[in-house]
Amino acid sequence: MADASAYVKTNAEIQVYDDDVRAEDVAGQWQLMWWRFKRHKVAVIAGICVLFIYLVGIFAEFLSPMDPNDHHTRYTYAPPQNVDLFHDGQWLPHVKGYQVEIDQFTLRRTFVTDEEKIIPIGLFVKGDEYKMWGLIPWDRHLIGPLNPRDPFYLWGADRLGRDMLSRVIHGARVSMSIGLVGVAISLVLGIILGGISGYFGGWIDNAIQRIIEFLKSIPTIPLWMGLAAAIPLTWEPLYVYFAITVLISLIGWTGLAREVRGKVISMKGDDFVIAARLDGLRTNKIITRHLVPSFLSHIIAQTTLAIPDMILSETALSFLGIGLQPPIVSWGVLLKEAQNINAVATAPWLMIPGLAVVFAVLTLNFLGDGMRDAADPYSHH
Amino acid sequence: MTKTPVLEIRDLQTHFGAREGLIKAVDGVSMTVNRGETLAVVGESGCGKSITAWSVMNLVPKPGKIVGGSINLYDRNGGSVDIAALDPKSAEMRAIRGARVAMIFQEPMTSLSPVHTIGNQIVEMIRLHQPVTKKEAEAQAVRMLDRVGIPKPTERMAAYPFQMSGGMRQRVVIAMALSCNADLLIADEPTTALDVTTQANILELMKELQAEHHTSMILITHDLGVVAEVADEVAVMYLGRAVEQTDVFTLFDHAQHPYSRALLGSIPELGKTRGQRLTAIRGMIPHPLNRPLGCTFNTRCPMAIKGACDAVEPDLIQTGPHHHTRCLAYQNGYTHHFDKKPEGAMRPSETIGGRAHV
Amino acid sequence: MFDDSKTKTVLQVEDLKMHFPLIKGLMRRRVGTVKAVDGVSMTVQQGETVALVGESGCGKSTLGRTILRAYEPTAGHIHYNPRGSDNVVDLAGLNNNEMQKYRPDLRMIFQDPFTSLNPRLPVVDIISEPLRANKIAEGVEAKDRVADIMRKVGLRPEYMERYPHAFSGGERQRIVIARALVTNPHIVVADEAVSALDVSVRAQTLNLLQDLQDELDLTYLFVSHDLSVVEHIADRIAVMYVGRLVEFARAEDLFRRPLHPYTEALFSAIPIPHPKLRGKQHRVQLPGDVADPANPPSGCPFHPRCAYARDICKKEVPELAETGSGRTVSCHRADELALKGVL
Repeated sequence: MADASAYVKTNAEIQVYDDDVRAEDVAGQWQLMWWRFKRHKVAVIAGICVLFIYLVGIFAEFLSPMDPNDHHTRYTYAPPQNVDLFHDGQWLPHVKGYQVEIDQFTLRRTFVTDEEKIIPIGLFVKGDEYKMWGLIPWDRHLIGPLNPRDPFYLWGADRLGRDMLSRVIHGARVSMSIGLVGVAISLVLGIILGGISGYFGGWIDNAIQRIIEFLKSIPTIPLWMGLAAAIPLTWEPLYVYFAITVLISLIGWTGLAREVRGKVISMKGDDFVIAARLDGLRTNKIITRHLVPSFLSHIIAQTTLAIPDMILSETALSFLGIGLQPPIVSWGVLLKEAQNINAVATAPWLMIPGLAVVFAVLTLNFLGDGMRDAADPYSHH
Repeated sequence: MTKTPVLEIRDLQTHFGAREGLIKAVDGVSMTVNRGETLAVVGESGCGKSITAWSVMNLVPKPGKIVGGSINLYDRNGGSVDIAALDPKSAEMRAIRGARVAMIFQEPMTSLSPVHTIGNQIVEMIRLHQPVTKKEAEAQAVRMLDRVGIPKPTERMAAYPFQMSGGMRQRVVIAMALSCNADLLIADEPTTALDVTTQANILELMKELQAEHHTSMILITHDLGVVAEVADEVAVMYLGRAVEQTDVFTLFDHAQHPYSRALLGSIPELGKTRGQRLTAIRGMIPHPLNRPLGCTFNTRCPMAIKGACDAVEPDLIQTGPHHHTRCLAYQNGYTHHFDKKPEGAMRPSETIGGRAHV
Repeated sequence: MFDDSKTKTVLQVEDLKMHFPLIKGLMRRRVGTVKAVDGVSMTVQQGETVALVGESGCGKSTLGRTILRAYEPTAGHIHYNPRGSDNVVDLAGLNNNEMQKYRPDLRMIFQDPFTSLNPRLPVVDIISEPLRANKIAEGVEAKDRVADIMRKVGLRPEYMERYPHAFSGGERQRIVIARALVTNPHIVVADEAVSALDVSVRAQTLNLLQDLQDELDLTYLFVSHDLSVVEHIADRIAVMYVGRLVEFARAEDLFRRPLHPYTEALFSAIPIPHPKLRGKQHRVQLPGDVADPANPPSGCPFHPRCAYARDICKKEVPELAETGSGRTVSCHRADELALKGVL
């Protein structure tokens, strides 16, 4: 046998082979997740897009050229204008005005660009007065005609001559926030009920699971229709908005609760949770210190993936006319305008809110996918 | 007694292109399996023993790839085929897998389908490699199950894997591996997941069957007790390299490489080490991305010499009639550095000088 | 080390039972009981190492965890004599709040250094958790104690801000050990503490455990399936089969001359340490599989696999009886059988 004395025999025999502190060694879960998320290029781009959409929603009043409900019957179904930066070789950002031609036989009004009529536009122009977030009175708009009375329809106008761009921007606020608020409600319900269900088990778990199964078994559209019909017509738009949000999240929480329950059950038996119990940690501490941080990242990723569902639900409800009602502007409400084939044929820009929905749903899904992949930074170690 | 090789691995390189860098999981492994013998490949986690086995099957998991060396598989007539040069998906490779080289895993469920009866699975395996009717295959399967010691084999044909204990499942896997009469059996930690009583039975069974079928075997294990039980030859691996190969008796009595000797010294021995301290190897196994320069063991080696072991990569040197070691203490031009001769040191034979890192 | 003359019993387990309900189906009906630990009695002396051995599913891990009150025992007593005190408390009778007081005294070393450390906490938080949870130390004082114990287990205290993923398996196991020992415990249950480690790292860790035992006057309950390791480290060994203790004796006695047929069979299966011993060992073949703890056989649970079984073994459960010289065995025929040891 080998010469035993040649081997180190003390407690300090552990040998360290790298002395430099690598950033990774002292990085916590969120830092590791961020690093991992950053590697997912598509998700990063999607994340920037989502951020952009939400910023648009937040600063809707300022970003929209005019009041979304301001109607001008003269410009019914006016087509989108092009922005030109130069006029006669001189710097002059402008759009062209409209000329209306009436067809002698059909009496249909068609808009043609009036090459003579120059409408100068600018940034931070004075326009319709509004209250930022319903609080701060202001009248500046990011972009608009220098003369507020001039027509300015970058994305065209609708049946009442309202600016589509402004309406889509305001729709972003409502539609995107419904997703967010709905998911927040689902998240709270899901974590609490799913957590209780998973951690305590027994009859309480049984009861919660049966409720979830019951809720999931009800066809959603008829349920929503029934509940939406119960919302009093006299309610203020803001109340209707919240009522619809609650309705949508009523179903949404069930999936999250199951997710949380599964995570909790699988982790409850994990050694590190047993270790925490043997350390003398009390149940509430074990949950807040060990369990919640362990599944929170997964749940946030799942939540991101749930927002598109919420947005689509709102769109579907409003499209069917049982969700939000004008004068609230949401993408679903806007799409309802595009129900009429005739209208779409003459004014295809009425479909723009649909593109906005697709864009928002896709970017949220890409973002959620990236977050889900990053949610467990320890899986490859 | 003349030994004819059934498998010769020469300078095998299997690398993994991970995001953090290139992991040389197998980095210049050479070893030989003789016909009818068992070669035990011993090593700790990350030494590349399993990847070596996967390379022989030409089933290296992604993103791994065989990037160099040869794996020559000989048939009984002396003809050979280089597995490393074959496309993993080629018909030729598929014909070799199962028919000539079969594999047994640590966890029997990885090679058993949970949704088919074991009878179906063995019959399918037999018919894939032998031109027999279903009836004949079934009869053969029952004989196989009986042979590996499964009680009531005819009834057990209709059982699903989950209805059996771990030991019984491993017997089924062995029956499947043997039913195709492979020349070479690769067993990757076949008894690690089993209890000691079951392990003894399975090892016994494998020895018997090997003698019956003249099968050669590569036994991947970390357990020197298992090696002592069944191996003829032993290859010791450390961090992607074979550091020593010799027959099992020589290894247990006259191991040369400091790592092999440390490994042998670090296992408790019945009735010998009670109340004493074990001779531990200092330090931890380096991360595969953080491999030491020179001899990969130099950071933990009690004999390591500064300036030599941490700079020069030792070659695998023939140190005896049947003994290969990868250590500078046996390499020409370096032996004089080592004032204390390792035990069992023989005269270093001729070799090309080691490559120095600059 | 264990010495007959001046011993103090720190732990006396009496007829301990840990049964788990077997629940199935939509209505969560109880369809049976898994008797993981079924009437175990044993004593543990101050400063000794008692090993619990047996095949998987024999209840050795459950016994260790039940003694630590990781579970609510079904029946029986766990009499514990705290350090520096003559009082004896029955841990089995305490509620969770009362148990809190003794948690720092009885600690556990887990098998898997990857799953037993929360990857989301830095090492200093992991090791100091029992100190803060039991209000033993907080803030700077807790940090000092963490640094101290890290040094003792061979980890650099400078690394305490790192997260578990920065450490190798062997180093992580030292973190697990540090967490168990930071409260200055009395009894440590090591549940397969070295099984997940590589051979070279295992030897270090075993040496470390032995050093710490001497230094800190620890009593070990060493749960392991590796009999060579057990022979190396244990003073006394308890052999378990399907939730019951079949034999309990000093390690050397047990290896030289087992009294229970199961002990004989189990020990005979230990792999030989050297190839020259091939064919020389006496192997006892056990027919069949380990009995199902949800549905154990009548009488002696080992009788269907026992070569020495008689009619009485099928009918009566053998008592765990003293046989003199401090050994206990539960076999009807312990007196008449001459069984072979492996030493």
